[in-house]
Amino acid sequence: MYKILKKEVLNQAVILMDVEAPYVSARCEAGQFVIVRVDEDGERIPLTIADFDRDKNSVTIIFQVVGYSTKLMERLEEGDSFCDFVGPLGQPAPFEADKWNRVIGIAGGVGAAPLYPQLKKLSEEGVSVDVIIGGRSAEFVILAEKFEKFCDNVYIMTDDGSLGGKGFVTNKLQELIESGEKYNHAIAIGPLIMMKNVVAVTKQFDLHTAVSLNPIMIDGTGMCGGCRVTVGGETKFACVDGPDFDGFLVDFDECMRRQSFFKEEEHECMMRL
Amino acid sequence: MANMSPNKVPMPQQEPDVRNKNFDEVATGYTAEMAMEEASRCINCKNKPCMTGCPVNVPIPGFIEQVAAGNFEKAYEIITSENALPAICGRVCPQENQCEGKCVRGIKGEPVSIGRLERFVADYHMQNGTKPSYDIKPNGRRVAVVGSGPAGITCAGELARKGYEVTIFEALHKAGGVLSYGIPEFRLPKSLVAKELENVTDLGVKIETNVVVGRSITVDDLFEKGYDAVFLGTGAGLPNFLRIPGENLLGVYSANEFLTRVNLMKGYKKGEAPTPVKIGKRVAVVGAGNVAMDAARTAKRLGAEDVYIVYRRGEEEVPARKEEVEHAKEEGVIFKLLNNPVKIHGDDGWVKGIEVVEQKLGEPDASGRRRPEPIEGSNKIIDVETVVIAIGQSPNPLIRQTTEGLETEKWGGIIVNEDTNESTRKNVYAGGDVVTGAATVILAMGAGKKAAKAIDESFA
Repeated sequence: MYKILKKEVLNQAVILMDVEAPYVSARCEAGQFVIVRVDEDGERIPLTIADFDRDKNSVTIIFQVVGYSTKLMERLEEGDSFCDFVGPLGQPAPFEADKWNRVIGIAGGVGAAPLYPQLKKLSEEGVSVDVIIGGRSAEFVILAEKFEKFCDNVYIMTDDGSLGGKGFVTNKLQELIESGEKYNHAIAIGPLIMMKNVVAVTKQFDLHTAVSLNPIMIDGTGMCGGCRVTVGGETKFACVDGPDFDGFLVDFDECMRRQSFFKEEEHECMMRL
Repeated sequence: MANMSPNKVPMPQQEPDVRNKNFDEVATGYTAEMAMEEASRCINCKNKPCMTGCPVNVPIPGFIEQVAAGNFEKAYEIITSENALPAICGRVCPQENQCEGKCVRGIKGEPVSIGRLERFVADYHMQNGTKPSYDIKPNGRRVAVVGSGPAGITCAGELARKGYEVTIFEALHKAGGVLSYGIPEFRLPKSLVAKELENVTDLGVKIETNVVVGRSITVDDLFEKGYDAVFLGTGAGLPNFLRIPGENLLGVYSANEFLTRVNLMKGYKKGEAPTPVKIGKRVAVVGAGNVAMDAARTAKRLGAEDVYIVYRRGEEEVPARKEEVEHAKEEGVIFKLLNNPVKIHGDDGWVKGIEVVEQKLGEPDASGRRRPEPIEGSNKIIDVETVVIAIGQSPNPLIRQTTEGLETEKWGGIIVNEDTNESTRKNVYAGGDVVTGAATVILAMGAGKKAAKAIDESFA
């Protein structure tokens, strides 16, 4: 069993948990993910690792309550346990820290969680990092104070202007680049539509951009092939080839379609709660 | 005097029109009387050709003799002296190519139904037998087994009997490998898999789920942690796709995904399990092996009206067990043989049909089977909403990518010494589908057994 060491409600929809998982904490790197199950009949839920503490054998996950299974996760408290917690899965984020001197991270909503360990790692390796964090409103902007600890600049954007600038993360990104800020690399993590739009901006400036995908999958080890994604015209499995890919090459429209495959069933399942 | 009936005692089974709507086991099993009658068909011939057809050398005539005499527990003892998973093998072995294929009674008439008798004995023991008590003396050596499918559990069981401390590492949340995620409930009830696994844990074998060797821990880590040998029985888990246009449309599954959703994630309990499985009214399954039959029959049970097997070769080349093909046909699965899929058509991102080209059979190819050749201009579209690709699986690359000195074939199979199943890395053994490519449960068990013997001898 995998004990919940800490639970923190970040906002009405987003929850942070530190979970005891010695196998995962011993070997995980930024960019990798875990799969968790709440109970014996539960779904296998993939979640990108938000942080880890090798000494405490703990792994941090941050999730948004969006459906049946995340609703069940929300009901777990400190001291409770997950039935299953397996990882680390996927490839560590492909860094070229020696070639980069300045990187910008762009996060949308709960996407700030998987972005955090990536930027932290880059900063530790001597790369200057900036971040743009976006959310629907002030409440949905998470981890800003944690990013402030190592980012040179933390830019916040909200749809309604209740915190930071009003507008999308892409508005800020475009503005920064046009005003002459220079970056060697960008990392965008958030909803598919946000990553697609970020790439539309960075392409104009030939700013190489990595994105992190979290498609529908079951096992997370290459067995089901449900997470296939077209990258540069080739089919890849997000679980074993990713989850990070070259954003310039990802077919986002296909990703968005595939994400919607079980919409009806998910809705039906929610109705049972 | 042997019973000279040319035919097997028929297997009681659910009627096709009933069973294609439920997930209960298709064949309900012999009664004691039926088993004794069938067993009396064995003439106990001198050469015992059946045994040469068995990858794990079960003393077949010996156990059948006991069945005929009504000594079912004795029969169980004889089978399990060589085969730790009789309830499973009795159900899923391709007997027609193995023991029964060699039976002399098969020359004029049907062979003795060795598979059904094995199943009967195993089931009888599960219901009536008592658990054996083991007196195993630990020998102080530790072995890590990677993967809890047929190869892994056989290897683990054999070693545990010899006194090894064995831990099985399983990547999924549930043990059993393909027996749990792949083979459907109606062909292999999961309660039975659980019981066979229990027999292995009763020997002292530990099973650690949720450990992905190659990710959570490496083979090198295992040696560092004090394991003396490692057995890799990780199977062939990576689904192959056709590489034709339209494979990423909504409604295309790999057979692995489709069956895992239904079996492991319990999608067959409609409205109970949260992991969804969605199928259309019309389903095409590409391929004609056992996995394809499982997928097609599962689709039928989930409510699909028209289910097609689409296969580029002919009837004779169909690789599935004969019984599975017969069952599939009885249940209403439509066979579209000599049809090669070339494109999956979509509408707004969703599958709406699969385009096939008719084939004719030419000269034998490298596999010894006649090569299918397209008939120009014979393209047609079969209207379906769901496509399941069941054209085979390859070994998962995680371990070979993270283990130095482990040599593999170009297609990913681990290279082993044929006599010992030891890999190119000392004290690392491998067996089952990860060595042979997708094959059968019994061959995997045979490999697990061989490796266990070699591991034991290496420390002698």
